[in-house]
Order: sequence, then C-alpha cells, then structure tokens
Amino acid sequence: MAQAAAVANPPAPPRRRRTSATPRRLPYLLIAPAALLMLGFIAYPVLSVFYYSLQNYNPTKPWRNGFAGLGNFTQAFAHDPQFWDTLTFSAKWVVVEVGLQLLFGLALALIVNQTFVGRALGRALVFSPWAVSGVLTSAIWVLLYNSQTGITRYLADAGIGSYGTSWLSDTSTVFPAAVVADLWRGVPFFAILILADLQSVSKDLYEAAEVDGASRLKQFLHITLPHLKDAIVLSTLLRAVWEFNNVDLLYTLTGGGPAGETTTLPLYIANTSVDAHNFGYASALTTVAFVILLFCSVVYLRLSKFGGEAK
Amino acid sequence: MITEIAPTAEPVVTRPARPGKRRRAWDEVPRWQIYLPLGIYLLFTLVPFYWILLFAVRPAGSTSLLPWPATSEHFQKVWTERSFGTYFTNSVYVGVATLVLTTVVALAGGYALARFDFRLKRGFMLALLCSQFVPGALLLVPLFQIFANLRMINSLGSVVVAETVFQLPLSMILISGFIRNVPYSLEEAAWVDGCNRLTAFRIVVLPMLRPGLVAVGSFAFVHAWNHFLFALMFLSDQSKQTIPVGLNTLMSSDSVDLGALAAGGIIAAVPVVIVFAFIQKWLITGFSAGAVKG
Repeated sequence: MAQAAAVANPPAPPRRRRTSATPRRLPYLLIAPAALLMLGFIAYPVLSVFYYSLQNYNPTKPWRNGFAGLGNFTQAFAHDPQFWDTLTFSAKWVVVEVGLQLLFGLALALIVNQTFVGRALGRALVFSPWAVSGVLTSAIWVLLYNSQTGITRYLADAGIGSYGTSWLSDTSTVFPAAVVADLWRGVPFFAILILADLQSVSKDLYEAAEVDGASRLKQFLHITLPHLKDAIVLSTLLRAVWEFNNVDLLYTLTGGGPAGETTTLPLYIANTSVDAHNFGYASALTTVAFVILLFCSVVYLRLSKFGGEAK
Repeated sequence: MITEIAPTAEPVVTRPARPGKRRRAWDEVPRWQIYLPLGIYLLFTLVPFYWILLFAVRPAGSTSLLPWPATSEHFQKVWTERSFGTYFTNSVYVGVATLVLTTVVALAGGYALARFDFRLKRGFMLALLCSQFVPGALLLVPLFQIFANLRMINSLGSVVVAETVFQLPLSMILISGFIRNVPYSLEEAAWVDGCNRLTAFRIVVLPMLRPGLVAVGSFAFVHAWNHFLFALMFLSDQSKQTIPVGLNTLMSSDSVDLGALAAGGIIAAVPVVIVFAFIQKWLITGFSAGAVKG
C-alpha cells in the first residue's frame, strides 16, 4: 500500500524525483492542516462532550463536581419533562419544515424548469432568500409580524386575523408564524438542488412517453420522480440534520418562547450550558442528540434504499 | 440573460398560428400554469424584501406604503450610534479570513484526496462525511474552553477558526471533485517539460479550478458572514462583534427601533446579495456535479 502511495506517478526521471522529494509523505503533508484543525476543533470537542456527559460538572458549583455515571442520562429520561417537551418540539419542527420545504421546493423547481418568458429573472428572484442568514430572516419577519406596523395590520384590514395580534407572542400562532418565516428562506435550498438534478433528466424519455400517450402526471410519476429520488433522499436528510441543529432563527425570532413553546432540544442545551452552567448535564443531552441524529439518519437511508436501485 | 430567453420566446408568441405538434413535448405546459403559481410564490418571496426596504428608507413615524420620499436617517443612525460601522469591518475581516483559510487548507487536502492513494484516505473521507452530522451549536461549551485555553476568547481569530473548521469538510470534498475533473495527463505533461509538482499545479491545474474555487470561497464567505452563534459566544466586547450579533442586539432590546433594524438588515444583506448574484449561475448548473452526486 505504501509503495502505491504515488500510484498515478509515471516512471519518473531522476530530476523530478528530487523536486517532489517525498512522494510517500506528500499526501499526508497536504491533508495535515485540515486533519489537525478537525482533530482539534471537532474530534476533541466531541470526545470531551462524551466524557463530560458522565460527569457532574458545573463551574459555579465545584463542590458537586465528579463522576456521575449514567446519572445525567437517567435525570434526562426519567425526571426532566423539559427534555421530552423540547425533543418533541424538535421532531415536529424538523418534520413540518423539511416536509413543506420539499413540497414547495419540488413544485418551484418543476415550474422554473419549464421554458417561459422571463425564466432567468424568475429563477434569480425565487432563489434570492437562499443566502439570507437566520438572523436577518428573523429581523425581516419581526418587521412583518409587528402588531403596530407590520403586514399583519394590513391583513387585518383585509379581514384576515385581528388587530393588535402579535403573532410571535401568542402561543396559538407562534408555531405557524415561525414555520412560515423559516420556509421563506428554506424552500430555495430544495428548489436549487432539485432543479440541478432535473436538468440531467434525458429529454428523450419524455418524448418517448409522449409518443406512448402518457399524461403529464404519469410522466412525472414514472420518469421525473424516480430520477430525482436519490437527490431528494440526500437533500431531505442533510436538511433535516441542519434544521435540527440550527438555532439561529428560533433563538433570534422567538427566543424559544413564548412560555418555552418553541424551544428545540439544541436551544434547551444551549440554555442549560450557557445560562445555567450545567455543563455535565448539557453534555449528556448533547450525546443523546447525537445518538438520535445518527440513528434516524441510518434508519432513513435504509428505509429509502438510498442509491440501491437502478434508475 | 436576454440571450437565453430570446429563442424560446418565439413559439409562445406565435402559438395560435401553430398547432401543438411542432412544439416539443416537454414544452407543452399551459402558460397560466406557470405564471400563476410563480406569481403567487414571488409575492411571498418579495413582499418581505420590500417590507424591510420600506422600513429602512421611510422617515420614522411615517406609515406610507411607498418607499419615497426616502431618507438615510436610519442608515446613519445604525452605522454610527449602533456601531454597525465597526460590526461591518469585523464581519468583513471574519468573512475574508475564513474564505482565505478555508480555500487554502481545502485546496491542499482536496489535491491529496484527488491525486493520491494513501493508507488513511478511506478513514479520512469517512471522517469528512461524519463531521457533517456534528452540530457546531452543540459543541459550544468545549469549543469555548479550547479557545479560552488558547487565550483566543474575545478575538476575531476564534470565530475565523471555528467557521473554517465547520466549512472545511464540504469544501474539501467539492474541491477534490473539481481537481478530479482536470485530466491528470496535463499535469504529467508539465512534469515531462521539467516543472516540479508545485509549478505544474500552479500553471496547469489552478487556472482550471478558478470557477470551483470562486464557488467554494463564496460559500465560505457567505457562511461566515451570516453565522451568528460563534460570534455571540466567543466575542464579548461590543467593539469585536459582528453584524448578525448587532442585528440580534437591535431585535432583543425592549422597544425595537424598527427603522434602525431594517437599515441594519439591509447592511447585512448587501454583500451577500452581491456574492449571490456572482455565483448564482454556478449554483444551479454546478450542484449536480458536486454536492449532490458526491
């Protein structure tokens, strides 16, 4: 294997061998900066999270620090209703967001994949919220949802909703309000990825289907959808992990409120560690979140038979 | 843009004169089925942008729904009183430093992955993929401790390093894909002509990687520009903070100054919009080759 290091090297004249003096070590030198950064700032933190999950560790209460065994985990599963509440909300958030983003993203991609006048401009505008940050999205929707001067006032003028409702501070409206705000910037992600994949469908297939008299719905179900399957599986998985982990939007838009109504598990973990300084417990919750993510990802890839079937 | 539209515009205009037979099969969608849903969705996309623009330029207290007469009072206020001038400089520093560091490190690693077969390669690739599942938000505490030990808390360097680390895996995978698309024989030809590996890389490979590097660099910049949590946690001095943190401060005060918030939001959006306009074409055509198919 070591001899195969520079496998693609042609029989080299002596001069070149001297200039690339260490072909065996060269690949390791090249990946060293990346590997060191990832070891130091991803692998080591992950291991330390696993370590602290078995410890009582709270810098503000040093007299209680020490080995906790599985105490943090039993605390979470047996005695912490907030853990279950936030976990349930996370699941609901991820399923609703990813489902709707996929649905609207797929529809949009199919539309802008057609040939029509103004397509380039239409695409640019439709995709534009893609690069907007979570915090900026929050800022925009705070302006829109504001009860005094927001768009909601004008909706109330038109008979939708009532005056003076602050959509973000009412427990009955905060969930749909946050979902819509996140959809606004999340749909373009799916639309872009699906459009990219749509462009690689062979046009001949549609022509053949047309000759056979297949309706547009049938063409979609039997040609387009099977072709898109792998891209859809992969992008929904990446997006689900991302939506689960991302705290920017909810942190700034609702702060997890009102009354903890929109606190996801990562937000709860951040509060536990940053505000309550309960690092041991936060580490245990983080470990649980890791395991859940990993388990769900594996199950999802298995169930969807990712990459398994011929197109 | 215009040239792309022109040829396809013709069949639409002449439609009544021509029976459907001559048009291509995949082109046979009634126009209203395109324009109606697209129009509705565009309303949803554009009204929020219009709303923030409106609040940013209309005088305080105005309830006009039109953005004129425009005023720059909110921009001046947010730039000086609310320190967005400082935040802007910090954000540019973080964004550009992350761009450079990510691109250089990922270029080296990506070259190794694309051109060599070495013992740890499979393990390294696996680690790159697994790291996609590691949420930065959940590693805040250990990361904070590491930066505290390195005495980097409250310095922009900590944010640059943290952003770079979480950008690296995807950037490296993308770049190694781009390098694989450059024929190895071109490099070999340069060696035969007497170039060493580095010179051959610089003269032959690097120019062909330019579009890919622009894309990867833009992603890194936009991501670092937008990201909020690391800056919030690792930077305590107000003079060190970045634009997303500034926006959050504006939002979380008791009585939100909506004009200032809108103006701050516009300032946050401008560089991203410029970068986005720059890379948009690549995004759509290039994703299928890179990100999705691996």
